Amino acid sequence: MIERFEDVIIQTVCRLLIPFIQLFGLYVIAHGHHSPGGGFQGGCILGASFILLCVAYDIKEAKRRMTEKINVIFCCLGVIIFSGIGAICLMLGGNYLNYSRLHHLLPVNPVDARSHGILGIEIGVGIAVMAVMVSIFLDLASRGEHEEGLK
Amino acid sequence: MKFLALIAVVVTGALLISGTGDMPDWADPNSPASIHVSPRYIEKTVEETAVPNMVTSVLADYRGYDTLGETTVIFTAGIACILLLRRPRR
Repeated sequence: MIERFEDVIIQTVCRLLIPFIQLFGLYVIAHGHHSPGGGFQGGCILGASFILLCVAYDIKEAKRRMTEKINVIFCCLGVIIFSGIGAICLMLGGNYLNYSRLHHLLPVNPVDARSHGILGIEIGVGIAVMAVMVSIFLDLASRGEHEEGLK
Repeated sequence: MKFLALIAVVVTGALLISGTGDMPDWADPNSPASIHVSPRYIEKTVEETAVPNMVTSVLADYRGYDTLGETTVIFTAGIACILLLRRPRR
């Protein structure tokens, strides 16, 4: 049984670090097609920043920043972005997930449109992975009650 | 019953080990995996997708269905965890 206690050093360091961790997660997602990274890795970093918030403070503080409803909406939104981009390509006359058709919507040539389509689905993957990681951690850490964690 | 299970495990292991001998050498440029679609990915990635990172282009563009399936698996895992574990205090 882990007693809950508040440590000013841990809380201050986490409060300072979490914005930079989240910024790095966004960088990994957005820069995924020019350097190592992508949606899965960046989503994991973003989810880990929320889990650090849960560990350093408590679950109520973390849920004040991202409520459960918004978390589940993010879970679904990620998959919707991914499959929606595929469906848009279908509606523009190409195959499913054939991003080169997006050049009808974006002011770029078909080859660059593939790059932008990849960025779009990486964003969707990142949102889904982040929300699912946070959701699974909250359920496992608090025995499904979301009141007090790691007890 | 345990004896039968042991025999099954030993036979399966022996088959796997004997099959390992037919694997291509490590980093063999003439192995089937290296001569089928890999050269096309290596040569045409920048030309076709304008993405310098080959891994991302294979993951998200050439094998887009696969990644869609992976995302759906993660989504399903999250929803299943919520359905099984979430227990709101009344």
